[in-house]
Amino acid sequence: MKIIACIKQVPDTEAKVRAEGGKVSWGDAPLVINPFDEYAVEGALQQKEAQGGTVTALCIGPESAKEALKHALAMGADDAILVSDAALENLDTQGAARVLAAAIQKIGGVDIVVFGRQTLDNGAGLTPAQTARILGWPMLGLAGQIKVQDGSVSVDRVIEEGRQAVSAKLPAVISVVQSIGEPRYPSFMGIRKASKATIPVWSLSELGVSAPEMIVKRTELMSPPARETKVEMITGDSPAEIAEKLVDKILAEKVL
Amino acid sequence: MKTFVYIDHFKGEVQSASWEALGLARTLGTASAVIFGSGMDAVAKAAFEYGADEVLVADDAALTDYRAEPYASTLSALASSQSPDLILFPTTARTRELAAMAAIDLNTGALTDVNGLEVNGNEIVATRPIYEGKLVEKTVCSGKPVLATIRGRAFSKPEEDASKSGTATKVEAKLDAITTVEGYSTSESAVNLGNAGIIVSGGRGVSNNPSLQPPAGMDEKQAEMWRAQQGFALISDLANVLGGAVGASRAAVDAGYIPYASQVGQTGKVVAPDLYIACGISGAIQHLAGIRAAKMVVAINKDADAPIFKVARYGVVGDLFQIVPALTEAFRKKLGK
Repeated sequence: MKIIACIKQVPDTEAKVRAEGGKVSWGDAPLVINPFDEYAVEGALQQKEAQGGTVTALCIGPESAKEALKHALAMGADDAILVSDAALENLDTQGAARVLAAAIQKIGGVDIVVFGRQTLDNGAGLTPAQTARILGWPMLGLAGQIKVQDGSVSVDRVIEEGRQAVSAKLPAVISVVQSIGEPRYPSFMGIRKASKATIPVWSLSELGVSAPEMIVKRTELMSPPARETKVEMITGDSPAEIAEKLVDKILAEKVL
Repeated sequence: MKTFVYIDHFKGEVQSASWEALGLARTLGTASAVIFGSGMDAVAKAAFEYGADEVLVADDAALTDYRAEPYASTLSALASSQSPDLILFPTTARTRELAAMAAIDLNTGALTDVNGLEVNGNEIVATRPIYEGKLVEKTVCSGKPVLATIRGRAFSKPEEDASKSGTATKVEAKLDAITTVEGYSTSESAVNLGNAGIIVSGGRGVSNNPSLQPPAGMDEKQAEMWRAQQGFALISDLANVLGGAVGASRAAVDAGYIPYASQVGQTGKVVAPDLYIACGISGAIQHLAGIRAAKMVVAINKDADAPIFKVARYGVVGDLFQIVPALTEAFRKKLGK
């Protein structure tokens, strides 16, 4: 089986993200593999272990995004590809999907493409389904479990109402949620391998596509309004007394 | 402005943010409710009662189960023939896919989690949180229609008016399914935190009740899980008395105390309840990002320096195993339950 794990590099979740001059700033916080995409790599590796085959990590980003790909390699991915091009600096989700679809077609013979459910930066969670739509492949979104058998894949989707079991013929695009299992830690051997790996960089001309038109544009970037709360501590001689006071306060605020 | 409002439902049970989207559409111009499924008469009737100017229904046995591909194709075909300016959706697992795919079909853009929308001349400007609420962006879309999934509880829900009625217009279903629905289960208890008006959340500390003695014969891990269950039972008692939902911190989910569907925070659900009660949650930056839109936060924690108190309206420094049951009892009394 040929499995692709699509990943992105984002600022660490601990980063103090701010709006500075219309741009996103994360200070000196490190850039890391998107935490949801670690689950994508984990899901891809689980399928490789169950079915045999290879896992290729695929990422769009600047040269520095190789670090995120190296994390995937250290976790156990067999190889990695970076799509990088000056024309890709401002991509919207459908643009990213077009570039990824072109890369997946160039790789060729792919059975499964695994995504995380969303990125931590834009957070739209649209790219997996858009990539599937462009490829014309079935989309199995928000999978908490993946099973491949006889050229078909079935997943348990974690949706608002519970779980929905869905199956499709391969090739297919899958996005995974945390229920897939905790991402494995990079092994010592994996880290050594990753540090020595040469990661090929594909430009748009190598993919044979032009820069996608940007349909969604940001016109303004702001910090959210500051929360103007001052905490009032509730004290008392017993839990019952504290609870009574607190309930009166909450009811007086008429939020219920 | 002509707006389609996609009414998202599960087996005929409508996601209430669909009606909030319909209310928003009515403030912008004409609002056409769009409904896919089978046996949709009751949903169509409700759409009229919530104020839809027209109701477009693709009612087909083959659309009984939501599947991304035929639903997206049906929507795209309908939008191509009727050229709305805007298609609104509530934000759910289904609509994220639908909006994503329809945007490709219609060569336009999709915006998710929208919590503000205004029309400037003929431009639709959508406000949406990014970096899970750490920042806010305003965006425009050069394609048409603009596709926007709105965040639950961001726009007000219109009043239902039983005197309003109409005749739904049948539209054609596209049946290009490439997936098969095998079935459903609710093993991961169904939670929709995004729509919850009240959420009571527990942190990793729910398993630390010193006064509990686990049944004999349990190993350390089993005993921890047993303690966590007892702890979350207290959380869910309080949630039940308030008619609210149960949430959890990432630490509690990672420890296996509760399924990830209940996780609130940057890598879980972003919520916007009227009341959020955090029990034994210290308030990591990621968790705080997820509850930024909560109207009122109440925090119970034994550490007076916990960051959660910085965003709380009311705080109690104390033992959640004593405070939470006392709160449940006090609410039960005062609310007459």
